[in-house]
Amino acid sequence: MLRLAPLLIVALLVGPILAGLVMALLPAFGYLPALGGERLSLAPWRELFAQPGLARSVGVSFVSGLVTTTVSLVVVLLFLTGVSGSRLDRWIRRMVAPLLSLPHAAAAFGLAFLIAPSGLLARLLSPELTGWERPPDLLIVQDPWGFALMLGLVIKEIPFLLLMSLAALPQLDPGRRVILARSLGYRPTTAWLKVVAPTLYPLIRLPVYAVIAYATSVVDVAMILGPTLPPTLAVSVLTWFHDPDLSRRFMASAGAVLQLGVTAAALVAWWCLERLVSWLGRHWIDRGARSCAELPLRQAGKSLILIATLTACAGLAGLALSSSAGFWRFPDLLPQGFTTVHWLRALPSLSGPVTATWIIAVSATLVALALTLAALENEQRSGRRPAQGKLLSALTLLYLPLIVPQIAFLFGLVVVMESLGTRPRLGLVIFGHLLFVLPYVFLSLSEAYRRFDPRWMQLALTLGSSRQSAFWRVRLPMMLAPVLTAAAVGLAVSIGLYLPTLLLGAGRIATVTTEAVSLAAGGNRRVIGVWALVQASLPLIGFIIAVGIPRLLWANRRGLQGAP
Amino acid sequence: MPIRLLAALPLATMLTSPLLAAPGSADWEAVLEEARGQTVYWHAWAGDTRINDYIDWVKRRLREKHEVELVHVKIDDTGSAVSRVLGERSAGNHDDGSIDLIWLNGENFAAMKENDLLFGPFAERLPNFALTYPELNPEVITDFTLPTEGYESPWGKAQITFYYDAAELVDEPPLSMAEILAWTEAHPGRFTYPRIPDFLGSTFLKQALIALTEDTDALYSPVAQSDFEAVTAPLWEYLDVLHPRLWRSGRQFPASGPEIRRLMADGELTLAFTFNPAEPAAAVAEFLLPESTRSYVLDGGTLGNVHFVAIPFNSPHKAGAMTVANFLLTPEAQARKQDLSVWGDPTVLDVARLDEEDRARFEQTTDNPALLAPEALVDTLPEPHPSWMTALQEAWQVRYVGR
Repeated sequence: MLRLAPLLIVALLVGPILAGLVMALLPAFGYLPALGGERLSLAPWRELFAQPGLARSVGVSFVSGLVTTTVSLVVVLLFLTGVSGSRLDRWIRRMVAPLLSLPHAAAAFGLAFLIAPSGLLARLLSPELTGWERPPDLLIVQDPWGFALMLGLVIKEIPFLLLMSLAALPQLDPGRRVILARSLGYRPTTAWLKVVAPTLYPLIRLPVYAVIAYATSVVDVAMILGPTLPPTLAVSVLTWFHDPDLSRRFMASAGAVLQLGVTAAALVAWWCLERLVSWLGRHWIDRGARSCAELPLRQAGKSLILIATLTACAGLAGLALSSSAGFWRFPDLLPQGFTTVHWLRALPSLSGPVTATWIIAVSATLVALALTLAALENEQRSGRRPAQGKLLSALTLLYLPLIVPQIAFLFGLVVVMESLGTRPRLGLVIFGHLLFVLPYVFLSLSEAYRRFDPRWMQLALTLGSSRQSAFWRVRLPMMLAPVLTAAAVGLAVSIGLYLPTLLLGAGRIATVTTEAVSLAAGGNRRVIGVWALVQASLPLIGFIIAVGIPRLLWANRRGLQGAP
Repeated sequence: MPIRLLAALPLATMLTSPLLAAPGSADWEAVLEEARGQTVYWHAWAGDTRINDYIDWVKRRLREKHEVELVHVKIDDTGSAVSRVLGERSAGNHDDGSIDLIWLNGENFAAMKENDLLFGPFAERLPNFALTYPELNPEVITDFTLPTEGYESPWGKAQITFYYDAAELVDEPPLSMAEILAWTEAHPGRFTYPRIPDFLGSTFLKQALIALTEDTDALYSPVAQSDFEAVTAPLWEYLDVLHPRLWRSGRQFPASGPEIRRLMADGELTLAFTFNPAEPAAAVAEFLLPESTRSYVLDGGTLGNVHFVAIPFNSPHKAGAMTVANFLLTPEAQARKQDLSVWGDPTVLDVARLDEEDRARFEQTTDNPALLAPEALVDTLPEPHPSWMTALQEAWQVRYVGR
């Protein structure tokens, strides 16, 4: 049974994606008999390229992917160069998990409240500093160049890359490397950049690729913060798929394939950038300069990450404020009065989506956890370890759902399900969520699992316990903290998923995320505030449980309580 | 299988019987009987919480009254529901569709009817449909010039209503399209309309077209029968001048009517419009707009229409869906919908012809100054043929997207 687990995971991840891609590719070339497309043709592409503003959509998607990734990666690396045991550093490291669990949509709403011309920032400065008695007529949120979109993505991708780096760093023993470099006269920041960064990058390369793919093809954040005339490519594709004129589905499929191409192009561009940076970096290292803008770099890293973290927090505070605001006119910093009416109004309609969200998240996470544990245990027993850092490995397959744009294969998957006669049901949505939850659960659990001291299991076996009981009675209890953390990550991922829920649930299955995004169209900040806060608090509950249970159960076993 | 066949029987017999159903008639009783225990999936635009809350109330009442479980499938674009039904038919799903009821009108109704995606005629079978007195109020059986022929049941009314903040706009507000153009020159950045293809934005285009074009008659027959370029040329001229004077210089447009209301609340706009005549007054009551808000309609009237509910041909719960449609037409449900503190959507019932007790339900007690005087809505311009909406939307996007 155990031996089947890796195979099952691969089939589960690769099968639907391949099927989905094929069913996007065929209609893109005019073949979909169910809609009367019997022959291959280029008509969908001609129609696609005739769409007003297509070049701009593609451009914004491509550029925002690369810029978002560059900025996030640079900020994370700069921060890591100067990371020490200071209180600020520990605070930022502690903020990583909650920030990561903050759903993209909620973060985007928070940012929109903050930076809009009538948002908190403008209110804070007005009218004293700016002289604005009315909100200025400035195009900030949903700007045509996608700056707001990139900013929103950077805020969410920094914690992701930071967490991935922090997880990979211990293998590299960065402390000793830096000490060695410093003994040769290198200043600390330069030492870190020269001896740690080049070895760290290969380990976080796949997460970086996932960021590029996500940023080029994101839908919910782009709907909230992205440009509108035209929107980004992924958002346009979504509207074409929902057009009452069904013949547009062919064009939408072509658009989905184009999205795949845009993401692939961004990845290739990044790969070229990698070559360039590594060539430049080698020269830089070879030249042997001992110091290079030490303090400014370190300060920049620290302040940028601080700004990103504070922006997310301030956005949340803005959400909380508007969810309980009475009449609130510009430029008042605070509402004229506070009221609970928005919360009371929302409460009756909250229960359904919250329940659905939990059911989906818990089921998908449990399945993902079981599969991950089975695969990892199998790996331990067979003694085979997957290659790391190489582009073509089992690990890459695991990243497939994170690197192939959702919009490119999900529509195809819906067509597959429709032709199989599968009705949109909760099970289908859970299955769709599993595609995205599984990789994250696997990634967050595998390191801890592989680093678990093998002597514990050997000891259990020599005491006469079977492999089964050693797993259940020794390994699992001892690994409770990392297992629960992985579960919390899985829950957070599932709670934040928008497109898979929307498409596979046929809109019938409403989670807090789909509700929040559909309410965004209404533009009512009070209501959006309520929903975004609920959306943000759900994953937090998961993390609180993940941290709390080991401490409660292992109150007298400090070593098992997990990271402080 | 035999059980399912049996369950479908009453409906089947009902469909073949030409009799009109009257309250208490055996025919309608059979529908109610069959509806009991059914779950009805209603796809309805969900961009406004007031509407969602009202639908929640309908849900509770239906559970109590008819044991029908209503599920509000919240969508942000009715087109997606139409596309889903069409997709299901293409996939060969003829009797087990995922949608039981759709809130729609205009081009979506036209698209569904043209593709034979609707169940019916059913409206005349609803006992409460008689309360709309269709013979006296032809708008409840006409949808954007198309006769509904019983394939959809009226639910509510809408009419373009302008509103402004009297504290800021102390002079008389602009009363025509030409005056709006002049007003925006003096007040740049203080007016806008929702981004096409939002229905309110598209309605603004039609309103402007009716006011500006020389050939108004052409708008009431399919667009293919007239010279689109010639008829719409004055509209594009107008918009080309108007856009640089709009909010964000016309480089960005709000997503929907509710977002326009939010911009009014934030003080970003001075003049705005809505499709729900009672919305400004309701928003004042909810602290969303200042108390100095006032409503009005343009000289010569504004566009108005009726919105409907329809049942897809492959709905597996047609009896349940009809029960819902009939409940929506009860004086109880219609009066609550019209109540300012609930939604404020005007009723489709002929209130003057209701009995006294029901008539009393519709009396508004509030004297909210933001509320439009009822006589202001007398001048209602009829909607053009639905094909104009689609044509205008496409032409707008070609002209203004990606610039």
